Amino acid sequence: MRQKVFAGVLVLVMCALAVGPAVSQGRSLKVGFVTTLSGGGAALGVDVLDGFQLALRHLGGRLGGLPVEVVTVDDQLNPDVARTAVERLLRRDRVDLLTGIIFSNVLLAVGDLIFSHGTFYISPNAGPSEYAGEQCNLHFLNVAWQNDNLHEAMGHYAQLKGYETAFILAPNYPAGRDALNGFKRFYKGRVVAEVYTRLGQLDYSAEIAQIRAARPRAVYAFYPGAMGVNFIKQYAEAGLMQQVQLLVPGFSADQDVIRAVGKPMVGVYNSSHWALELFNPINRRFVEDFRRTYGRIPTLYAAQGYDAALAMDHGLRAVGQDLSRKADFRKAILSGFDSTRGRVRFSKNGYPIQDYYLRQVVETPQGEIINRLRGVIFRAHKDAYVSRCNLP
Amino acid sequence: MGKVMQEADRAARTGQHEASALVSARRGILRERGLPWGGVGFATVALLVFPVFTQALDWPYYLSLVTRAMILALAASALNLVLGYGGLVSFGHATYYGLGAYTVAVLAREGIRQAWVVWPAAVAVAALAALAIGAVSLRTRGLYFIMITLAFAQMVYYFVVSFKQYGGQDGLRAPRTDFGVSLGDVEVYYLAFGLLVVSLVVLWRIVHARFGRALQAVRDNEVRAATVGFPVYRIQLAAFVLSGALTGLAGALMAHHTQYVSPAMLSWPQSGHFLFMVILGGVGRFFAGVLGAGALVLIEELFHVVTVSWQLYVGLTLLAVVLLAPRGLAGLAEGRKR
Amino acid sequence: MALVIEQLLNGVQLGLTLFLLSSGLTLVLGMMDTINLAQGSLYMLGAYFAATASASTGSFWVGVGGAVAATALVGLLLEVSLLRRLYATDHLTQVLATFALILVFNELVRMVWGPQALLVSVPPELARPVQILPGLAYSAYRLTIIAVAGLLAAGMFLFVHRTRLGMWVRAGASNRPMARAMGVPIQRVFTGVFVVSAALSAVAGALLGPIFAVQVGMGEEVLILAFVAIVIGGIGSVKGSLAGSLLVGIVDTAGRAFLPLLFGALFPPEVASNLGPTVASVLIYLLMAVVLFVRPQGLFPVHG
Repeated sequence: MRQKVFAGVLVLVMCALAVGPAVSQGRSLKVGFVTTLSGGGAALGVDVLDGFQLALRHLGGRLGGLPVEVVTVDDQLNPDVARTAVERLLRRDRVDLLTGIIFSNVLLAVGDLIFSHGTFYISPNAGPSEYAGEQCNLHFLNVAWQNDNLHEAMGHYAQLKGYETAFILAPNYPAGRDALNGFKRFYKGRVVAEVYTRLGQLDYSAEIAQIRAARPRAVYAFYPGAMGVNFIKQYAEAGLMQQVQLLVPGFSADQDVIRAVGKPMVGVYNSSHWALELFNPINRRFVEDFRRTYGRIPTLYAAQGYDAALAMDHGLRAVGQDLSRKADFRKAILSGFDSTRGRVRFSKNGYPIQDYYLRQVVETPQGEIINRLRGVIFRAHKDAYVSRCNLP
Repeated sequence: MGKVMQEADRAARTGQHEASALVSARRGILRERGLPWGGVGFATVALLVFPVFTQALDWPYYLSLVTRAMILALAASALNLVLGYGGLVSFGHATYYGLGAYTVAVLAREGIRQAWVVWPAAVAVAALAALAIGAVSLRTRGLYFIMITLAFAQMVYYFVVSFKQYGGQDGLRAPRTDFGVSLGDVEVYYLAFGLLVVSLVVLWRIVHARFGRALQAVRDNEVRAATVGFPVYRIQLAAFVLSGALTGLAGALMAHHTQYVSPAMLSWPQSGHFLFMVILGGVGRFFAGVLGAGALVLIEELFHVVTVSWQLYVGLTLLAVVLLAPRGLAGLAEGRKR
Repeated sequence: MALVIEQLLNGVQLGLTLFLLSSGLTLVLGMMDTINLAQGSLYMLGAYFAATASASTGSFWVGVGGAVAATALVGLLLEVSLLRRLYATDHLTQVLATFALILVFNELVRMVWGPQALLVSVPPELARPVQILPGLAYSAYRLTIIAVAGLLAAGMFLFVHRTRLGMWVRAGASNRPMARAMGVPIQRVFTGVFVVSAALSAVAGALLGPIFAVQVGMGEEVLILAFVAIVIGGIGSVKGSLAGSLLVGIVDTAGRAFLPLLFGALFPPEVASNLGPTVASVLIYLLMAVVLFVRPQGLFPVHG
């Protein structure tokens, strides 16, 4: 008897779950937003989400003229959780578009599922090399950058600047190795040491002592998320900021990290495809309204979230709100849309062809610590994998 | 392993009297009631016809959710063999689960997709890992055992993460194996269902065989069991290997379900997840794994749908379960029936 | 040579801060037979309270003091309201309950402070290296951590081994019913020990704030290291947890610093660059497995 009651309750719960989302009137657009909202990567997910929401507000709550409903799910930085979440969004909530994922390992676990379902994924951050090369897909577009790009830009800068020796380090996992390979692709000086640390490591005193002993001209460190905060804090605390030039990819020196490290970060050089003071009306409006709405300075993640919404809006307008016109939707975005970085175009694999800038962390006369644009490293730079993509 | 069983049998026979005395001394936990046939029958029929509904109503998501719950139920039931009946708190069962899954993906990467090779290989890899890890870990007891199983799990995890050839942190695609017919989602559902039922029957027989009773006698009083003549170490090791093998089977199933494997499957939070399922279900109750897996999937589903602050609600729910139903869901059901 | 000494200091610093967490963990486990995973949450709370208090008062050390007091209070409330009920239950129930606490604390912290990592700066008077040997400058802040944690460790040691109260604590840890029979007010001693362990976790969290990211979930990674330390040392033994913590700190640091060099000398570069970092990552787990294989009760078993 108990079991029957239990089963009855179960069925009822499921009905409730199934019916809930089915009640929607009129034509509207449903966007599934899967991102990291808990744990160490939460700040990044919140930034992308806030940027996306701000764009929606600017667009009057509509994308391509359609009223939008956003379904947000936390992926917990766990591929398994993300898979269940994506499946729920695709097969129960029947979302029209998906976006939001920060981390490549999460995206790679759900990519096949999304593409085989025939749904577009507009990536606001994760840009794995897999989807740039052989596994490139009609349903995949990235409005940010291919994972290697920021490392390549920093390697190129180190080369241009003429640092004779560099000490490079990253966590011991494939993305870490890819990052350092990206750096070395453009840096031709002498790499005095290439160090791989434990994924999720907290204490970097041993590595920092090695850097001090090796006396390189520059240090390049790839540490995403919480690892970046830990490494840079300890690098600064060890007094190395004044001795050895620290170079990092843009996401390791953006406002979220600056907030946690503070003044010692002043002077750090980093590479980015976006900057606060890029001069175009979209960016000005984005930066000003983001500060006003959320009370903090936007990061590049927030800009990417904002751009993801703009890309969707642009594509939907081009196909007259009809997402079944897939080739046209894709083509409209690929041929370029106006973003926080001005007009961006894309390669056939769905990754941007864009400029990469040099930024430096500075303290303003008002006492704010922010990134200042220092120059252009690459113009109209493409990723290294596009030639392996078979898409037309 | 056969030899160990025989030895256990012999020991069980010679020490049968003592063993039964031990058994009756327990606080009712061991006096396993007969199967709640009504419930089991109902659940079996419901699960058998469930895909018919999901297909008719076009609810593919719930088909997938129940498949997932059944696979986790298999893994949790396997863990319950060592945890509930053996009293061994393994904090590393994600290792066997992950190795089973990775075997499927790695073999596919190497071009081997024949079901008759892949499935036995997955189970064998998990069993061998359990044999090696168990052989060392079973020298320790209590919290030391928890931590040494964790240590081995962490070693395997970091090894896999740094293995670039097989995807490392990014994970690996796991195309479904070739059974001669192509496996769709419904086929995977029935595969999971069938393997869960068969595994539960096997576990039921084992738990109620002499070997299972010997295992429980060891759990209840190791010194006494040893004095009586049970080969304590071997009994525990046999149970550990069997549990690891079944967990590996669950992993292989999960690889078929998701068609993707990632190192998260080998990580300590995954091991913790399995432990919670069993604890939630009621440690040492036969259906602890099934009930716990079902309940946890349901709890997470409900709160993920409702809110981004799921952690708070899941946490409070777990606290409520601990404080209000300290013997788990199975215990709760029994308590009410009395 | 200077590098070796520097790495040793790094290892000692990591080890001593781990001890601040592991000593409380081991006593709670030894005395109350209770696994408290929420110790990591107390460490996180310590760091957050310190960040907030030092930001509002402008003094790092006032922040540390405030964090210790506030976290001790949270510890007290936690013990009285919840943990007390868990003493009689088995380990598994405790694990489930205290894991639930981790989830709850994580979400509460996120609600109060937000998901971004907080700013905690090194106090300005310590933000410079100190010349400790010719050719060896070491961070003044890390030296301060070593000093504070070392003093606390010594104090804890004297307290446990030289005072009457400490004797009660040890008695409770090795044989609870006997201790109670001998007239030790076990419940009050329990509460006291728990509050002290919360305070020590807060010291660790507050001191590490300037060098580790202060953010949600920061307690979990450290918690595992602390568990490894107490298991290596032997559960319930303060001496053991000190030895275990130092061993973990030094082996981990030394492994990261020197193992890749060693592998580079032994193997071809292709193999070494893959194997070195991987083995260095798992070195402390390897250490634990070997210690437990040789001594299944840890280095300093407590008989009881």
